[in-house]
Amino acid sequence: MSITQRQVLKIARLANLELSDDDVARYTRDLEEILKYVALLNTVDTTGVEPMAQVLHAGNQTPLREDSPGPSFQQETALRCAPLAGAGHFKVPRVIER
Amino acid sequence: MENYRRLTIDSIRSGLETKRFSATELTQEALRVAAADNDALGVFLSFTPERALAAAESVDRAIASGDEVGPLGGVPIAVKDVIMTAGNKTTCASRALEDFVAPYDATAVKAVEAAGAAIVGKTNCDEFAMGSSNENSAFHPVRNPVAPERVPGGSSGGSAAAVAAGHTPVSLGSDTGGSIRQPASFCGTVGIMPTYGRVSRYGLVAFASSLDHIGPFSRTVKDAATLLKVIAGGDPFDSTAAPLEVPDYTASLSADVTGLKIGIPKEYFGEGLDASVGQKVDAGISRLTKLGCEAVEISLPHTQYAIASYYLICTAEASSNLARYDGVRYSRRAKDADSLREMYCRSRAEGFGAEVKRRIILGTYVLSAGYYDAYYKKAQEVRALVAGDFDAAFQEVDAIVTPVSPFPAFKLGEKTSDPLQMYLSDIYTITGSLAGIAGMSVPCGASPDGLPIGMQILANHFNEQTMLNLGHAFELAGGFEG
Repeated sequence: MSITQRQVLKIARLANLELSDDDVARYTRDLEEILKYVALLNTVDTTGVEPMAQVLHAGNQTPLREDSPGPSFQQETALRCAPLAGAGHFKVPRVIER
Repeated sequence: MENYRRLTIDSIRSGLETKRFSATELTQEALRVAAADNDALGVFLSFTPERALAAAESVDRAIASGDEVGPLGGVPIAVKDVIMTAGNKTTCASRALEDFVAPYDATAVKAVEAAGAAIVGKTNCDEFAMGSSNENSAFHPVRNPVAPERVPGGSSGGSAAAVAAGHTPVSLGSDTGGSIRQPASFCGTVGIMPTYGRVSRYGLVAFASSLDHIGPFSRTVKDAATLLKVIAGGDPFDSTAAPLEVPDYTASLSADVTGLKIGIPKEYFGEGLDASVGQKVDAGISRLTKLGCEAVEISLPHTQYAIASYYLICTAEASSNLARYDGVRYSRRAKDADSLREMYCRSRAEGFGAEVKRRIILGTYVLSAGYYDAYYKKAQEVRALVAGDFDAAFQEVDAIVTPVSPFPAFKLGEKTSDPLQMYLSDIYTITGSLAGIAGMSVPCGASPDGLPIGMQILANHFNEQTMLNLGHAFELAGGFEG
């Protein structure tokens, strides 16, 4: 499987990650090498095997809580972590581009 | 303070009872030795003296008024910097969270403090727990206290080194693919990955949610058992934390191990295993058989596919989990971006280091349209086969014994140029992570160069007791020596 720099740029865009030209070259190489290695999985017959999305065992019943109201995270506490906040909101640069 | 660096939970308890020292003195000593070593070893990213001293003073007050103190009363503890401590920095060793102050406590943090422990600081690690050498910390590497030109292992390198260097008798780390067990083996400490679901992950910064665990480091198996008991159990804030009763591990720690069947998987003793490691683990197995265990050869036939499966699943989950670091709510924001999208892309580029970016790219790729079935789904199917190997094995045996790492601690810089080679070194720990079973590294000797070697004991879901009993018997029989 051969990976192109264009593919890596497309992936980086999907991941909202800006990459330098050096990064693109490096990750193209790395991705190709890693994907070549994981192709090993294609030699395993998995016909009829359920994909394991989570660990399943007797204790794992993922219990649900009572849905009862209670105090929650304070707005002020959450906003204190933000790089830029104001008037009870997270502030961000312009969203709608022309 | 004499012998501070060799104290255990038990010796602290008796020292407090006999007034040999106070909890405050212990905490002051922990802070002093940890700070004194930090330029040389780089173990801590920050110290939390106010928090630690407040906890210690409250233990001293309880003792003075004759009240019962908790199972960790007065015990200094170090916490990996991917675990949230309210009011203190929690950086994940990342530029993205360099200035982040945690707004709440992890459940495990609350539990150790409720039991009387004093959190003295936050330990260095690989950025977002991604790495096997601690060299991916955005701030500085950690040096192995046993051999400072070498790595402490990773990703919980700082938590392992804190215990090995004697800064704290116990610490908390996190294990996704071996991040507690491997550094424990490199530094010569005990380290446990509990069963998936045994310990709440609320407040553990997520890397790969189907694989992440919080677990203890310690100098003795007994201390690990004590700490595990404190942090284990269900949690209304983490629906993956199993609401099962937690056994009193230390109470039955000395149960007879005679007649226990230990499986020796042939796939773990083949090509790539350093001779010095193989020899010590073999000697460890002989010691267990001398204690009355029966060693039987078993096969875990899908072992060779585990790394490929793991690195597809963990990167897919990481790419999703790390999407939250967008510069809006809590992480680093790039300056002067003209649009929201530019702000996202540049903030993430500035915030993340090379390995984190590599994993986000791989994970985004395997989840992207057209590749999902070929990579992510296939990896999950193979994960089911790896887990099935263990299910079958545990029908026959009570525990499985293997090496932890193919080699002892390597030199800083020795393996950084080839990411795939670094991934491949996780082979013996990743299988247990995929299956969600329990695993522990116990010191089993040293290489000819004096580097610690760990032996891994794996046990079935929620059967930590068997694993701990074997480790404890092994340790008492002299497993640490030679």
